[in-house]
This record gives sequence, structure tokens and C-alpha cells, in this order.
Amino acid sequence: MSFLEVNNLKVEFDTADGIVSAVNNVSFSLDAGKILAIVGESGSGKSQTVFAMNGLLDHNGRASGSVKFEGKEILNLPSSELNLIRAQKIAMIFQDPMTSLNPYVRVSEQMAEVLVHHKGIPKSDAIQQSINMLDAVKIPDAKNRIMMYPHEFSGGMRQRVMIAMSLLCHPKLLIADEPTTALDVTVQAQIMQLLADIQKEFGMSIILITHDLGVVAGNSDEMLVMYGGEVMEIGKTEHLYSNATHPYTQGLMSAVPRLDDSADRLVTIPGNPPNMMLTPVGCPFSPRCKFANTTCSSQTPVLTKVDNNDHYRACHVAVEDTL
Amino acid sequence: MSEHTILQVQNLKVNFDVSSEGDMPWTKAKKLQAVNNVSFDLNSGETLGIVGESGCGKSTLARAIVKMVPADSGKVIWFGNDLLSLNKSEMRQHRKQIQMIFQDPLASLNPRMNIGEIIAEPLRTHYPKTPESDVKERVKDVMNKVGLLDNLVNRYPHEFSGGQCQRIGIARALILKPKLIICDEPVSALDVSIQAQVVNLLMDLQEEMDLTLIFIAHDLSIVKHISTKIMVLYLGNMVELANSDDICTKPRHPYTQALISAVPIPDPSIEKSKKLILIEGDLPSPVDPPSGCVFRTRCQKAQDICSIEKPEFKEVSSNHEVACHFHD
Repeated sequence: MSFLEVNNLKVEFDTADGIVSAVNNVSFSLDAGKILAIVGESGSGKSQTVFAMNGLLDHNGRASGSVKFEGKEILNLPSSELNLIRAQKIAMIFQDPMTSLNPYVRVSEQMAEVLVHHKGIPKSDAIQQSINMLDAVKIPDAKNRIMMYPHEFSGGMRQRVMIAMSLLCHPKLLIADEPTTALDVTVQAQIMQLLADIQKEFGMSIILITHDLGVVAGNSDEMLVMYGGEVMEIGKTEHLYSNATHPYTQGLMSAVPRLDDSADRLVTIPGNPPNMMLTPVGCPFSPRCKFANTTCSSQTPVLTKVDNNDHYRACHVAVEDTL
Repeated sequence: MSEHTILQVQNLKVNFDVSSEGDMPWTKAKKLQAVNNVSFDLNSGETLGIVGESGCGKSTLARAIVKMVPADSGKVIWFGNDLLSLNKSEMRQHRKQIQMIFQDPLASLNPRMNIGEIIAEPLRTHYPKTPESDVKERVKDVMNKVGLLDNLVNRYPHEFSGGQCQRIGIARALILKPKLIICDEPVSALDVSIQAQVVNLLMDLQEEMDLTLIFIAHDLSIVKHISTKIMVLYLGNMVELANSDDICTKPRHPYTQALISAVPIPDPSIEKSKKLILIEGDLPSPVDPPSGCVFRTRCQKAQDICSIEKPEFKEVSSNHEVACHFHD
């Protein structure tokens, strides 16, 4: 039994213009204590995948498939049951820390609320535990700063508050949705270092959602590449960086400018991201893929094993042809 | 200064007045130093990259050069004319030659104009007597140059993707055949695959049209890729200026060193074994900057002298300028 197992997850939204399929047949599993990175461009469905797992989809969205957490099916559970899992076992931090904190409420109240609600402990104890947690995420002078409002913190500090808040109930799985995208690189380095330290200390699993391949390289054990709502390639991070066989993964990796490399021109992926309003036929990447043939635009490829390193990919083109 | 120098910025200072909560109407406003004593030369055909964290004054510097924000003191010498001393109508003559591209591609396009009108607007403003057929021809021409199909002229901005909107912004900047384009975070809002397309486009256009660029971004990897030289700003002050390769391989200021070590490299074997120089703490308030060296509060090398004496921005090796008492 895996710690987390996602099978054929599908997310659809009803909109005025028709049904949008944001996530199609996503399957993956995660072991305890590991960090999985989900990589993809905007609109690739990476956030909706984890929102669906946590029952956080918008009212017009619906999810189908299966998400098993510690052996128990959690997809589409009613809120009353999900609330026993959310925050206590699965916690989440979001991209923009300012919009995820309530601007009218002191940090102390917001943090204590988590413990009072989930653990039912007295508020004074809850505040004391919150102060300890702020110390753990290295916020100086936590005792006084906890009485402040969110706007009195800088962006990096606010993200630390979010991380502290998510750790209050000692969750087993932390989902971090683009936790450093809104931050400067120097602050990003601090936050990623903090997440790595905390992961070791608390021994939890992390799902890290990001579009930054540099962040993925330094901070994950496994990675999953998404495009147009589907999984393109999945494998161990180190293995995948040197052995990417899916044309999209290859394109993405060569499109990133590197500080340690002076290529004259960046390799580009021609074309534009897919329009999710249209029902996908065949491989979503086929219109932009240089290897695409007629099969690619008519049949959806399924995830198949590439080698014995837990490396899977969804592509019709033979591995040898893409190297 | 060489004969190819087209732009010289000398000791440029930009201050903003800020009044804090509870101030009386007669309380003197505090000065926020957004840009402090910035000087550089830019030669024709070069690309100057400006990097720094949010709030370090990158955008304000760019805006002050084209007088979109008033500078307090200093000089901006464009082909021998000090732009800051010109009046509005004199400035207009030079504006044609300096164009800007902005960060948010959709927000910088008027949603109620079609893209033909958007791209033609600078031409109609600066050369109102251009015959309509010429305008159409020029718009078509410039659209082809940036990789937009010219049958899209009657569409509206919302019908385009982010990458295409940025191409429209570039087309609008190019139609006057400017000499200098100031790009303020032109690719920050774009996805990786689209970002590479736009960067390549800018580099091609630069070669084809003999453009000089000022490229502002917070992503050092991109800046390094496109720039010939890079300036690092911290709290409105220049900390280092050198060739882009020099800055990235041999950074000499402790801040630049930390900044470069923080840039993640997409290679697990390098990234996981890399020695990270973490900068502790937060950016100090620009209203009340530290005495002496502005970086000293977060610097590992800081000593007593750093709080007393502001380090001079000086050349430490050929074409490599640094402001630090204890540079490498």
C-alpha cells in the first residue's frame, strides 16, 4: 500500500462556453517521506490536480477517479469527513501568502484557530504552540511578531507564517502550490532550504508544484511533468534530468536559460499552449511536437514504462527516435 | 566614453516623498531614495541587463531615463543632449528614439483598440501626416517582423495569448524604428517555452535593426543570456557592474555572490551539491537606509568601517566596477 495513490483522476469544469477538461487521467503514487514535484506551464492542470484531491475545486468543477490516502479513498468525500484529514494529515500552502492570510485578523488568531478547531485545545495553549512553530520556521522575535497583522510582514516572512500554520497539526503530507513563485530568488533560496529542513525534521511527504525546473532539480526526489491536463513523463528527478525521453520534457529543459551555460540561442518550443476549451484528441502536445505523426493527433498515448528506474512516459514516438 | 556611446547616465537620483500614517499636513514628508547615484554608459548595439530584488529601483531607474518619473538630480545624456533639462516639446523629438516594453503584456494594451490601432498609435502620434496607406504598410511590416500574422490586425488584445500580446507590445515599440528599447521585465509573466521565443525574438531584432537594449528582469539566468553587461542594484544603489560573463563567473561583491548562488540551476547533480550563500533577514526600508554601505546589515563580510563610510563605486579590474570595502 502506497502512502498516496492517485488513479485516473479527471477534473472537469462546467462553464458558459462548455465543459473544460482541466485534468485527464492523471495517475501517480507517492511514498512516505518523499518529495514529488509536479511541473508544468500555466494551464497544465497541476494546481487543479491537488485541489481536487483536497476537495477544493470551484463549485462548477467535478472530479472523478480515485485518490487513496493511507489506503482510504478521499476523493469527493463530504466536507465533514475531509475536515478530519485536511490540516491534520494533509496541509497546503499557496502561491500568494498575502491573499491566503486574512488581512483583518492578527496572525496569532489565525494560527490558534487551526489548533482550537482541529485539536480542541485551549486558545492560550494554541498560541504558545503557534509561537514555537514560528520559532521553528525561523521568524525572529516570534513572541511579539505573532501579535501583528499579515501586512506587517514581508513576502518571505508571510510565506514562513503560512508554512508554520500548515505544520501546526504535524501533517503527513504537505502540498506546496508554487510556494516561491511570488518571491525573490534570495528569499526563494531561504524558503526552499527551510522546507527541506522541516521535511527532514517532521519526516513528512511533500508535493511541490512549480514551473521552475531549477527549483525542482534541487528539491525533489521524483518529478511528474504535465501538459494540457495530462501526465507526459514521470520518474526520479535525477534520472529524468539526464534521461528525458518525452519531446515536451526535452523541450522544456532546453528552453530554460542556464546561469552556468552560455548558449547563443535558447531552444524554443514553437506554438502556443493548448486551448483547454477544446476536447483534446490524441496527445495534447502533438500540435507543437516536432516528432508528431498521424497517430499522435488521433490517439491519446498511455503511460508506459521506459526503463527500470520507475520511469514512465506517454508518447507514441519510440524512445530511440527522440534522443 | 567612446564614440559609440549613445546614452550616458550620470549620478542619477530619484527620490519619492512618502508620508506615514498619522502625519500632520504640515509634517515634512520623508524621502524614499529609490535610485541613488546611478551612473553608466551604454554603447550602440549593447544590451545592459539590470538585476536586483523587488524594490531595488530597477523599474524606477528605467522610468527616470525616459522621464516617466521625475529625477531629483543627475544627468541623462542621449546623443549629447541632457534629457532631464529638455522641455516637453524638445523631449518629444527624442522620445521617438527611445521606446519601452512593459511587464504585463495584456495590461499594457488598450482593450478597446484593435491591434492594428495599437501598433500604429506611436506612428500616428509622432508623424500625424503619414498617409493612411503608409501606416497600414508599416504596421503589416512590423507585425511580420515580430512573428504575428498580418491578417490579425482587426482583432482585440483579449483574443491573444500572453506571448502574442508581448509580441504586439514589441511591434508597437518597433514601429518608430527606435535606437534604444527599454524592456521592463518583458518575459516575467510568460511561461518558460514562450519566454524563450520572446527572448530569441528580441535578440534577432536587435541584430537586424541595430537596436540597443536595456533589459530589466529579476531572473539572472535570462539577463545573462541576453546582456552584454549587467548592473546589480541593491536598495537603489549600484553594487556591481561588469560584463555578463564576468558577473556570473567571478562575482566580486558579496551581494552579487549571494544572488548568484541563490539562482537555481536545472541540474540535480549540481543543484543538490551546490554551496548556497544564504542572505539572512529582510531588505531594509528604503525610507531609512542603513548608514555607510546599504548592504552591511545582511553582509557576512561587514566590519565597522562599513557602517561609517559608504564604499566608493570604483573599477577594480578592467571593466569591472564594484562598491565594497572588502570585495574579492
